[in-house]
Amino acid sequence: MNLLAQLPALQIVVPMLTAPLVAFLRLPTLSWAATTAASAMAFAIAVALTRAVLGGAGVEYAMGGWPAPFGIALAIDQFSVLMLLIVTGSSTMALLVGKASLEREIETSRQPLFYAGWLLVMAGLSGIVVTGDAFNIFVFMEISSLATYMLVAGGPDRRALTSVFKYLIMGTVGATFYLIGIGLVYMMTGTLNLADMETRIGEVTDLKPILVAAGFVTIGLALKAAVFPLHAWLPNAYTYAPHAVTAFIAACSTKVALYVLLRFDFLVFQGNLEQHDLQFAGFLIPLALLGILMGSLAATFERNLKRLLAYSSVAQIGYILLGAGCVSLLGLTSGIVHMFNHALAKGALFLAVACLGMGLSRLRVSDLAGIGRQMPWTMGAFVLAGLSLVGIPGTAGFVSKWYLILAALEQGPLGLLMIGAIVIGSLLAVVYLWRIVEVAYFGTPDPAAPALSEAPVPMLALTWVAALANLYFGLSPTLPVELATGAARSLLAHVL
Amino acid sequence: MELLGLYNYWVFVALLMIGFYAVIAKSNLVKKLIGLSIFQAAVFLLYISMDKVEGGTAPIIQAGVVDQVYSNPLPQVLILTAIVVGISTTALGLAIVVRIKEAYGTIEEHEVSAMDREA
Repeated sequence: MNLLAQLPALQIVVPMLTAPLVAFLRLPTLSWAATTAASAMAFAIAVALTRAVLGGAGVEYAMGGWPAPFGIALAIDQFSVLMLLIVTGSSTMALLVGKASLEREIETSRQPLFYAGWLLVMAGLSGIVVTGDAFNIFVFMEISSLATYMLVAGGPDRRALTSVFKYLIMGTVGATFYLIGIGLVYMMTGTLNLADMETRIGEVTDLKPILVAAGFVTIGLALKAAVFPLHAWLPNAYTYAPHAVTAFIAACSTKVALYVLLRFDFLVFQGNLEQHDLQFAGFLIPLALLGILMGSLAATFERNLKRLLAYSSVAQIGYILLGAGCVSLLGLTSGIVHMFNHALAKGALFLAVACLGMGLSRLRVSDLAGIGRQMPWTMGAFVLAGLSLVGIPGTAGFVSKWYLILAALEQGPLGLLMIGAIVIGSLLAVVYLWRIVEVAYFGTPDPAAPALSEAPVPMLALTWVAALANLYFGLSPTLPVELATGAARSLLAHVL
Repeated sequence: MELLGLYNYWVFVALLMIGFYAVIAKSNLVKKLIGLSIFQAAVFLLYISMDKVEGGTAPIIQAGVVDQVYSNPLPQVLILTAIVVGISTTALGLAIVVRIKEAYGTIEEHEVSAMDREA
C-alpha cells in the first residue's frame, strides 16, 4: 500500500475533494491559492504517472479493490498521461496567470464558488481520461460539462449567458447521444468496461445495434469535441467566457472528447465492425477538411479577437481529426501530437489575450491599434505563440504539421488533397494572425484612448513561459512524440 | 407481431424525437429545456426496458428460494445516476434562463438574438 500505487485514483480525488473545501473558504485569495495548489498537485501526479508509463507498460487500478470487469477500473496508458499533462498543465497555468484577470471579471463574493467549479472541471476531465469504464466516462463528462457551463456563464458580458445556454443544450444532446450508444452496447454485451467490451462484442452475433451504437457514440462525442459542422456552440462560449477560463477550456476540453472518440472508435469498434476504419475515415476526413477550410476562413473575416482564435480552434480540431482519419501510425501520431501542440499554442495565445484584457475593455481586432508599442511583452508572447499556431519551423506547431504531411503523403492521390487543405489552412492562419500583428504594430492608437501600460510582471512572465514552451517543444519534441507514438501504436492494435 | 412486441423501443424513439423537436424548433428557452428533459427521459426508458427479464423479479436473494429469475438491477442503478445528471442539467439550465430574463427582459430566443445583434 504505497502512495505511488494510488496515484491514478488521487488524480481525480485531489481536485474533487478540494472543490467543496474551496467553496466554503470565504476569502477569495485563499480559495484561489487552494485551487492553484490542488491544480499543481494534480499536475505533479500527472508527471509522476508519465514517468511510470513512459516505458510502455500501462498502469491499472481497481477502484475500491473490486477487480474489473465487475468493479470500476482505472486504466492509464501513454495516451492518457499525455491528456492528463494537457489538462492539469493548462489548468495550473491559467490559474497562475489568470488571478488578476479573474479578480476583475468575477464578483468577489462569488469567487470561492467559481474556483470550486474550476476544480470540478479539472476533476471531470481527468476522470474521463483515467477511467476505463464507459458509464463512468459519461458521469465525468457531465460533471466537467456542468461545471464548465458555470465557469463560462461567469463572463462579464450578458452574451455569456446566451452562449452558455446554447452550449448547455448542445452539450447535453451530445452526452445523451453517447449515453444511448453505450446503452446499446451494454444491451448486446452486458459490460461497461472498455477493455471487456472490446472482446465481448466479438461474441455478439447481430452486429446491427453495435453499428448504431458506433454512430451514436461518434456523433455525440463529435458534438462535445466541436467537430465541424457541430461546432456552433464553441465560438461564442470561448468569446464571452472569462479570459482565464477560455485559456483553460480552449487548451483541453474539446481534446478530451476527441480522446474518448478515438478510444471508442479504434479500440472498441475497430476490431469488431467490418470495415469500420473505412467508415470512420470516410465520415470524418471530409468533415476534417471542411473544418480546416471553413474554420480558417471564418477566422480570417472575424472582427472579435477571441472569436477569431475560437474559429481557429475549429480548424485545429480538423487537423487532429485529419491525422486520425488516416488510420495509420504516422497519422494518429500526428493527430495526437497536434492535440498537445495546439494546447500549447492556443493556451499561450489566450493567456496573452488575458494580459491584453488587463488594459483593454473591448477586444475587437481594431481595438488593438498600436498595442504592440504600448504592451510590447504581451504582444511578443502573442506573436511567438501565433508562429507556433501557423507551424513555423522551430516551433511546436511545425512538428505536428510535419508529421501530418508525412502521413498524408502515404495516402496517395487523396493525400495530395489533404496536403492542399493543410497548406491553405496554414496560409489562412498567416493571414488572420497577420491582421492582428499589422494592427498591433503598425496601427495608430486612438488619440482619445487612455495610454495603456503593460500587464503585471508575474502575469507576463508566466505567459512567456507558456509561449517559450512552444519553442522548447518545437526544438526538442521527444516527449510528446514518444508518448503519441506509443498511444498511436496501442490504438492501432486492431488495424496493424 | 414482433414489431409491436418491441413497443417499449417505439415509445423510446417517439419520445426522443418529440424532445429533440422541441429543443430545435421552440423559441422559448423554457420550452427548449422541457424538450431536453423529455429527450433525456426517453433514454432512461431505453435503459429500463433493457433490464427487464421475462418472468424476472426484483433481484433480492432469499433463503430457500433457488433458481429464481431476476431482472438485471445494473441499468436501473445507472439510470438513477443519469436522472441525477438530468436534474442538475435542468436546474442549471433554468438558473441560466432566470439570469437571461434578468439581463434581457425576455426568454424568447429570437428576441434575445436580435438584441445581441444590435449590441
